[in-house]
Amino acid sequence: MRTIDVKILTQKVAELCQNSNYYIDPQVIEKIHFFRKHETSKLAKDILDTLLENYQLAAEKKLPICQDTGLANIFVEVGSEIHFVNGDANQAIQNGVKQGYKQGYLRKSVVSDPLFLRKNTQDNTPALIYWEIVPGNKIKLTVAPKGAGSENMSQIAMLKPTDGVRCVKNFVLKTIKEAGGNPCPPIIVGIGIGGSFDKAALLSKKALLLPLQKNNKDPKFAALETQLLEDINQLGIGPQGFGGFTTALKVNILQQPCHIASLPVAVNIQCHVHRHQTVEI
Amino acid sequence: MEHYLTTPLQNEDINKLQIGDKVFISGKVYTARDAVHKKLIELLEKGQVLPFQLQGAVIYYVGPALAPPGLPIGSAGPTTSYRMDPFTPTLLKAGVKAMIGKGPRSPKVISAIKNTNSVYLAAIGGAAVVVAQAVKSSKVIAYPELGPEAIYELEVENLPCYVAINSSGKNIYEQ
Repeated sequence: MRTIDVKILTQKVAELCQNSNYYIDPQVIEKIHFFRKHETSKLAKDILDTLLENYQLAAEKKLPICQDTGLANIFVEVGSEIHFVNGDANQAIQNGVKQGYKQGYLRKSVVSDPLFLRKNTQDNTPALIYWEIVPGNKIKLTVAPKGAGSENMSQIAMLKPTDGVRCVKNFVLKTIKEAGGNPCPPIIVGIGIGGSFDKAALLSKKALLLPLQKNNKDPKFAALETQLLEDINQLGIGPQGFGGFTTALKVNILQQPCHIASLPVAVNIQCHVHRHQTVEI
Repeated sequence: MEHYLTTPLQNEDINKLQIGDKVFISGKVYTARDAVHKKLIELLEKGQVLPFQLQGAVIYYVGPALAPPGLPIGSAGPTTSYRMDPFTPTLLKAGVKAMIGKGPRSPKVISAIKNTNSVYLAAIGGAAVVVAQAVKSSKVIAYPELGPEAIYELEVENLPCYVAINSSGKNIYEQ
């Protein structure tokens, strides 16, 4: 057994909340440079250039890239040989979010009751925490703050098993088309296929955290990622919805077995401000 | 084309704007998001005094991040505009001349923009530090309990945005 003081979780989460909001994933910068070459309109180029300038300014000044510093999504993979001491690990993570958002002058964007009172909790908690038990004695901690502009444009469909690839493609393209300029394109598209209603949604979120430079290990799903990216970038939505080629930077799919009668498909949209940081403890 | 406009906006400022033009706004702009829109409409319906003068006003859909020490405001990019669509025609009729946000608007908003000779401007979503640099001062003038959703009066200098829907109803999202 390896003993871990939960205070470490608090400290790491606080750091990651701040750093992920100040420093863009470098893969996004690479992708924007790549796609900029394909843009013909001055307006589209001007917008992509402004995004790049903004990432640089945010990092230099330690300011949030976007004012919507998001709802903190926290993924924790815990080795089964870990023993937490000195308190509740969930609470320790929530405390880390409180500290990080306070120390980092990040926006508090969480309301308590979603329907009636909608009162701001003033400390950006509760964050969403997803625990997973894995073999070993390490902890992999990922903080991914996500804004509402792109989250609101995400969709899920319970397709029929016989619908097949064509219907999956149609559903993804319909989702992106309906989202249009709303989710701050260029976007990253996470797709979850299989599992169940709830699992497909979680897979689509986790798909966003996969590398932007790699495709799915299964060649059939990899080909679908490539095809969908091409199709999405033919829609003409472009940066900020002003028209152009660069609508999506990457499509990532995560798939998993499902019931004989089901074909769940979830599409989670991520704006270009793709924020996530991971540490190993 | 580039245009440098100062608030409160006049009809002649609006008439020359074409979609895709870059606009730099200077002067006072007022922040308002979902909750505030609902409140403003209630005040108008009851005939009560509003927290700021709507005539010629520019409303910016933003919930800024907190200002770190030494800065007038934190990061301050636009939020998605469609959520304000149900309230916008009423505010335009009451004198608002321009909205700054991001993303497409409803057909009703577009026709209200035409009818009131106003304009919808889009700032770049996720370029929140670039936009914040144009803000010279900020103060909360109403609803502080709403946190980032309060009404801020911003003094801005050359706030960069683009004409997304102009007063003749041309729409950059439907090209």
